[in-house]
Amino acid sequence: MADVAVSPHGAVAEADLHPAPQIPDFEIVPRAGLPIVAAVVVLLVVAIAVDEKWPLMFLHVVAGATWTIIDLFLGFVIGPILGKLSIPARIEVTTRLMPKMVLIMPTAVAVTLAAGWQLATKLGYNLTSYQYHGWVVASFIVVGAMAVIALGLLEPANIAVLTELKKPRPNPEVVERLMKRFIYTAGATGLMQVATLVIMTRLATG
Amino acid sequence: MSDERRLPPVTQLGMLSLALIVAGVIYLSAHLPERVSLGPAIALLAASALLLVGNVVALRRTEGFAWGRFVEVGRWALLAYAIIAGLIEYVFLRNDTSGGPLVVLSLSLLVFALTVPVLIAFTVARYDDAAPGPNRS
Repeated sequence: MADVAVSPHGAVAEADLHPAPQIPDFEIVPRAGLPIVAAVVVLLVVAIAVDEKWPLMFLHVVAGATWTIIDLFLGFVIGPILGKLSIPARIEVTTRLMPKMVLIMPTAVAVTLAAGWQLATKLGYNLTSYQYHGWVVASFIVVGAMAVIALGLLEPANIAVLTELKKPRPNPEVVERLMKRFIYTAGATGLMQVATLVIMTRLATG
Repeated sequence: MSDERRLPPVTQLGMLSLALIVAGVIYLSAHLPERVSLGPAIALLAASALLLVGNVVALRRTEGFAWGRFVEVGRWALLAYAIIAGLIEYVFLRNDTSGGPLVVLSLSLLVFALTVPVLIAFTVARYDDAAPGPNRS
């Protein structure tokens, strides 16, 4: 295992006084997960092609639940815990958790949206004549807002913090700043997920 | 710190570009498959594309930006988001979206698939050690 030390740029004397925490070796994009992502994408394409209700519902609900639960859990459970951990423990959790998020989150979002749109088309939910069309549009707006935050702030922070930790001498200030950005945006999308839950349960019960 | 170099507001403009494109897609999705006026969606698409181009131009003028890292990260992010945009495009094609709405949606997805990699690559590269700028590389 190739371990590297964290210390501020050029702060050799300080690093000598305070031993830098060890960073475990990790992959920014876990290659072992790529075949799983590919399999999920194939399943999605097949489900859309056959246009049957059950596979579409299955993929939409499973991916949507994954997205919702991870956002809520990261924002309100893991985030506050992470903030209180020691630096070495935080690095340990970050290097194990965040590479997985690089694969899981975009996959969950893409599957939720694609399967959801196909399902809405099949069930006629996206027709303006549908009784609860306003709720459907509200879900588009909430998902759109979450997408802007997740893609514009959260995902870049995720990749950037992992890239920083891969450097021979990661900058603790940069790691701290990016981790804060990640946790706060996860909290914001977690809050919006509550709105998604309200809308989806409203649509499901009619 | 390397991020204290003067950099254009790429993240802010990129998020605005993303918000405009998302608003355009929501507008179209809220009306499809029925007839929909394309004017608002085209205006949002044009504004979003302009912001994207402006972002890249502003970044190109930045001295000492880590272009090597930007390209290294950006190409993989582009591959990932091209696949995601392709999946969404496939759903619209599968549901017989055609004509003007399809063109606007496709271009919107193109801008989306370019904007997100720019944001990811910029966030990584801004914290990289200063590298030769585009004019010197």
